[in-house]
Amino acid sequence: MKENKKTYWKGLEQLSNDPEFVKHADREFPELPSNLSEEGNASRRDFLKLMGFSLAAASLAACETPVRKAIPYVNKPVDINPSIPNYYASTFASGGDYAAVVVKTREGRPIKIDGNELSPINKGKVNAIVEASVLSLYDKQRLAGPMIAGEKSDWKTVDEQVKSKLASAGTVKVVTNTILSPSTEKAIQEMGAAFGGVEVITYDPISNYGIVKANETYYGQGVIPSYHFDKAKTIVSFGADFLGTWISPIEFAGAYAKTRKISKEKPEMSRHYQFESNMSMTGANADYRTPIKASQSGLAVLALYNAIASKAGAATVSAPKVEIANIDKAANDLWAAKGASLVVSGSNDPNVQVVINAINELLGNNGSTIDFTTPVHFRKGNDARMNQFIGELKGGQVGAVIFYNCNPVYDHPRGAEVAEGIAKAKVSVATNGTMDETSSLVQIVAPDHHFLESWNDFEPKFGHYSLSQPTISPLFDTRQAQDSFLTWGGSSSNYYDFLRMNWESSVFTQVETGGEFQEFWDKALYNGVISANKITAALAPVGDVSAAASEVAKAYKADNAGAELVIYTKVGIGNGTFANNPWLQEMPDPITKATWDNYLTVSQSWAVENGVTMVEENTRKAQITVNGKSLIVPILVQPGQAKGTFGLALGYGRTKAGRVADGVGVNAYDLLEASKGFVNFDITSGVEIAVTADTYKIARTQTHQTFMGRENVIQEATLADYKQDASAGRYKPEIYKDGEFVKPSKISLWKGHQYSQHHWGLAIDMNSCIGCGACTVACQVENNVAVVGKQEVLNRREMAWIRIDRYYSSDAAADDLTGLEMASENPEVTFQPMMCQQCNNAPCETVCPVAATTHSSEGLNQMTYNRCIGTRYCANNCPYKVRRFNWFKYHDNKDFAGVNIAQNDDLGKMVLNPDVTVRVRGVMEKCSMCVQRIQAGKLTAKREKRKVQDGEINVACAVACPTDALVFGDMNDPNSKVSQLLKIEENSTSALKEVAEERAYHVLEEINVSPNVWYFTKIRNKEKNEA
Amino acid sequence: MLSKRSLVGIRLNFQTLAVLFFMLIGVSAYAVDPAVANSDEAISAGKTVFNANCKQCHKLDQKSVGPALRGISDRRPIEWAKSFIKNSQAVIASGDAYATALYKEYNNTVMPSHEFLTDDDLGNLLAYIEYGDKVDPNAAVAGAEGAATGTGAGGGIPTEYLTVILGVLVLVLLLILVVLGLIISVLTKYLNKQPLAEDDQEFISQKTDIGKIFKSDAFIIVVTALVVALVAKTALDGLYSVGVQQGYAPAQPIAFSHALHAGQYEIACQYCHTGVEIGKSANIPSPNICMNCHMHIQNVGGKEGISPEIQKIYDAVDNNQPIEWVRVHNLPDLAYFNHSQHVAVGGIECQTCHGPIQEMEVVAQHSSLTMGWCIDCHRQTEIAAEGNAYYDKLVQLHSDSKDALKVKDIGGLECAKCHY
Repeated sequence: MKENKKTYWKGLEQLSNDPEFVKHADREFPELPSNLSEEGNASRRDFLKLMGFSLAAASLAACETPVRKAIPYVNKPVDINPSIPNYYASTFASGGDYAAVVVKTREGRPIKIDGNELSPINKGKVNAIVEASVLSLYDKQRLAGPMIAGEKSDWKTVDEQVKSKLASAGTVKVVTNTILSPSTEKAIQEMGAAFGGVEVITYDPISNYGIVKANETYYGQGVIPSYHFDKAKTIVSFGADFLGTWISPIEFAGAYAKTRKISKEKPEMSRHYQFESNMSMTGANADYRTPIKASQSGLAVLALYNAIASKAGAATVSAPKVEIANIDKAANDLWAAKGASLVVSGSNDPNVQVVINAINELLGNNGSTIDFTTPVHFRKGNDARMNQFIGELKGGQVGAVIFYNCNPVYDHPRGAEVAEGIAKAKVSVATNGTMDETSSLVQIVAPDHHFLESWNDFEPKFGHYSLSQPTISPLFDTRQAQDSFLTWGGSSSNYYDFLRMNWESSVFTQVETGGEFQEFWDKALYNGVISANKITAALAPVGDVSAAASEVAKAYKADNAGAELVIYTKVGIGNGTFANNPWLQEMPDPITKATWDNYLTVSQSWAVENGVTMVEENTRKAQITVNGKSLIVPILVQPGQAKGTFGLALGYGRTKAGRVADGVGVNAYDLLEASKGFVNFDITSGVEIAVTADTYKIARTQTHQTFMGRENVIQEATLADYKQDASAGRYKPEIYKDGEFVKPSKISLWKGHQYSQHHWGLAIDMNSCIGCGACTVACQVENNVAVVGKQEVLNRREMAWIRIDRYYSSDAAADDLTGLEMASENPEVTFQPMMCQQCNNAPCETVCPVAATTHSSEGLNQMTYNRCIGTRYCANNCPYKVRRFNWFKYHDNKDFAGVNIAQNDDLGKMVLNPDVTVRVRGVMEKCSMCVQRIQAGKLTAKREKRKVQDGEINVACAVACPTDALVFGDMNDPNSKVSQLLKIEENSTSALKEVAEERAYHVLEEINVSPNVWYFTKIRNKEKNEA
Repeated sequence: MLSKRSLVGIRLNFQTLAVLFFMLIGVSAYAVDPAVANSDEAISAGKTVFNANCKQCHKLDQKSVGPALRGISDRRPIEWAKSFIKNSQAVIASGDAYATALYKEYNNTVMPSHEFLTDDDLGNLLAYIEYGDKVDPNAAVAGAEGAATGTGAGGGIPTEYLTVILGVLVLVLLLILVVLGLIISVLTKYLNKQPLAEDDQEFISQKTDIGKIFKSDAFIIVVTALVVALVAKTALDGLYSVGVQQGYAPAQPIAFSHALHAGQYEIACQYCHTGVEIGKSANIPSPNICMNCHMHIQNVGGKEGISPEIQKIYDAVDNNQPIEWVRVHNLPDLAYFNHSQHVAVGGIECQTCHGPIQEMEVVAQHSSLTMGWCIDCHRQTEIAAEGNAYYDKLVQLHSDSKDALKVKDIGGLECAKCHY
């Protein structure tokens, strides 16, 4: 079966994947480059000779058409038809990070992951990491089979050795990140039964143990509740990046966006306060953001508690006085929205979390926005037990240790000690899929399948289940870790049967009352998710706030003079598990827009004091020393960084992740401290920062900070203004013509197009765009967009078809042009997704000398690669700077093989979308509005002899968007969602649609290029607009 | 497969109908069992069953792999026919004389069992066998003639006519040249006899210096321009043919004959090329499709033993080794072509692009598959809009125009329809 699939695909899809063809392509002009490089001073004659030769060679090569094979299956599976995609419901899970997904496969290979709309958790949405995870399946650095002592082995030997060694090891410990799978937990216990029991030690690289611990003391149960951001009218977050990285960001982003959507019918939105040190993506979306020092954060929480308590008539706690802006304002808003508000904190300090619980209790949020009846399982890590275990491991008290898909040597603060301890264990086994920092130290590696090759089940929340199923036969000689556990435990059952049996006895009985299990199973597998109609008991406080409050009052200081390091997680790289994925490395960070690096974020005032200036990408390096450990990191000046604090991201500095991630950035896990019984991400003492003389370049895709007050680009208003006038904040340029001022669209050089059938358009709500970047990766996967690597990003040659422009506000006067370039100390942030605007009066089309970019009868600006000769006139004439030029051949080029892995080796190429051309050197490319999807959708409608239905054709960015900020559709269809949003009433075939929605505007409206992409003004829930 | 859209199809249709016509005269003497239903629904339902299960080996009025079927209800009782269709081997094993004789007559070719057919299916099938697709011989001829004249009228001025017209024009011009020459000589002779001034005399009697003409700038320029134009034209034509593989007919690993399968046995193209109406690829059939028939048919022309070519299918299946066919039609990667758009939506015949495939022993690339060829067809082809709600609005907007709605009118010439 496996062989069939591979050969079949190679045969029929010769498009770009046939090795023979690839070889040919490589050999086309062997002499030309080498000759040129040999002769440094090649004369013009030589050049002409070579030209002549290459012309002849080109014609010759073209004449010899290679023989192409078409190889059908021997026995074609019924439901696999070449060129027709199949979709399978499955589940992405990496530790406690979870998303129910739908996997698109072509000819038996997964090529795209979208969210599963049936999921009550991520509701059809994904984030960048989930989108990108399909590429890690085709990573040729995955282990191809089991290893013993670093040598290749086979499963039989491995099983024999593990069994005999475990039997004599004494204690068996399984170290893991959060396991969401009930059947996996059961399989581990089954294995344990054969060896006198195993202990499962769970830790999470991004620990939320503080919440678990706090709930244990305060509510009597160490669980994390479900948070309902969608029910909250006032949201206060102390450093919790809940839109980007905190616990269940996809779910929270979707719920949060619901409270941020605004229309004339519903002119209400939530108000969001953020108190934090680093500028996080969540903070960037807040209405009121207050930069605070990490050392103050506990006191800020106490201040809020006291403010609320005095309103509620409850006892206040004694706390050192601290001046923090907006605390009282937040308290007032929270109190006004009692029962429909939410206070969260990203702190891992259990005492702080207890105070947070107390605040939410005073506000009556427990039971409304905080739901203990459906606790979540995303973070089961126990920092205290892990700490203790590392001690045991180091002390040689551990007989056998099995690392189940976790990498503590890299991603635990005491990784070095784990590394030391592994050697002392009698038996060490890892199921990790690659030779990473941990698995390279163990005796036996029994590599697990990739999640797209596996069966598994998940219970992300109490009573909510999902399944994952294989979407491809295993590519390598790997084995599902659960099968390994069962085998080692002496069971003859395979994991699939084990899983089914487990479901028959547990989930089936909870969900169904009678009926056939087979029917239930088929349905569950088809849908991917299933919910039992059950909840657990609500929790009421059993603890008291005073003890925790006095601890907090002791531990935090109102005025800490020393430098503070706040270690955070990036939206793209996360905890570093997927660091070896070039799509994620090249995804610009939502805030800093930096790629391929982590760096020390510093405040603007600190930079001025220390003479660090960042001119575009050029910066200096700093040495950071934390309690004796030091690292050299580049500096990035970050507006909004709290004074006296510094930020550094986790997930970098991998040493054995693979060719993409190794040596990129520094490992910040080393600086975390675990001594207080929990992993502490805020280092408030013993931090020294010294600027070094070394210079460095950080590859950022956007080096300007502000939009320089250009209201033709960013248009925004406050909620109060919007309520009075729906067009508040709109900039309406007018142009003088024949004695009067008219709208730019009234003056045109062009006759205007007619779109008789479809008129594709995109509406982008800047109010709900949170800047997460899921769209950019989704676009990269869908459209075979090349990864170019750090140097080329520095050269401004990144290839992304969609980018998210991030603008800071400036507090300079409108005429102070130099001052306007500088962002405010604590700026407002606006995110603006920018892609080809598909102009009706497209400036690019008029300047192309070969008509390679033309207009379609459906409103699309078409880019024809095979016609393009690379003059780049179009890019020069594009006012939105969204065209991308292929400066190099990024595919089949050894210079890019290390970064552009999806287009360079046979395995990586399996991820390419066969419906989209891989572009060559010298041609222009840009957003096509997923024309391949439009064509496919139209064809389906034609085959079924019906009209295209709204929603059946959707662009990759809009599908991925967790907040539904992008809405795509046919503007000729008055009932489509996009027409309704824009309030296009008349059903005309004209390219110029009358849009009645007051918030909708075109970027750069005055030049009247008449885009088919509309933006909606950003509305801030603020009293007044301030910088 | 054969409709009025392709010239090739019409010719074949006509042949087939002619054969049918003569056959019908010969074999039409039978009486249909009255128990066989004769309603339109039954016949059309039966046709579906027939096409799905029987057509590969049977024809209604002609011997094929199996016997001609029409008149079965006269030859045998209906119940016998039903049980034979369901499981012929059981009937033969029961010692039924007719069945045994039939089996022997057709070289012991096993007919697969069709246990899955319901009694209704069988009833409908018999209805179709007896009453379906009966062609009135007179109507058939008339229809074929109508079709033939129809295409003649629709084609515009054929290229052969153009050549003839050109030839005649050249002839006329030559004649004019000769006549002019004659007139000149007559006039010269006449003038020579007249008393004229010396200047005039000299003018009349002057000789044309051919050498001077050859050396003249004008001549050199014209000749050079002609040579350059010819060379350029040849070079351009040569360059245009780079990568065009019209006529490419590589040897295939199995000497599969479309002439036999699609031509002689009239197996529908879609029977093997299963993707043609649903997807981008038409699909080369996998051996399990071959085995539907070749499980029983082991040699050609009723020969004994297993044909070495058919043996290759068995080997592929036995060894689980896929057959490596050589692709004949190769489009460049930059062009997106979808079979279902053309076949299922547009109703284009396979032969329109692939040529008379049913006559090809070895498949050859019939069309040039160049972009010009695609575009030409898009300019000329009308949209099959009838009954397809997708096109309603386009048809309505186009209704003012005198011309039919063609592919070019709905964006069929735009780049991003094929290049993305």
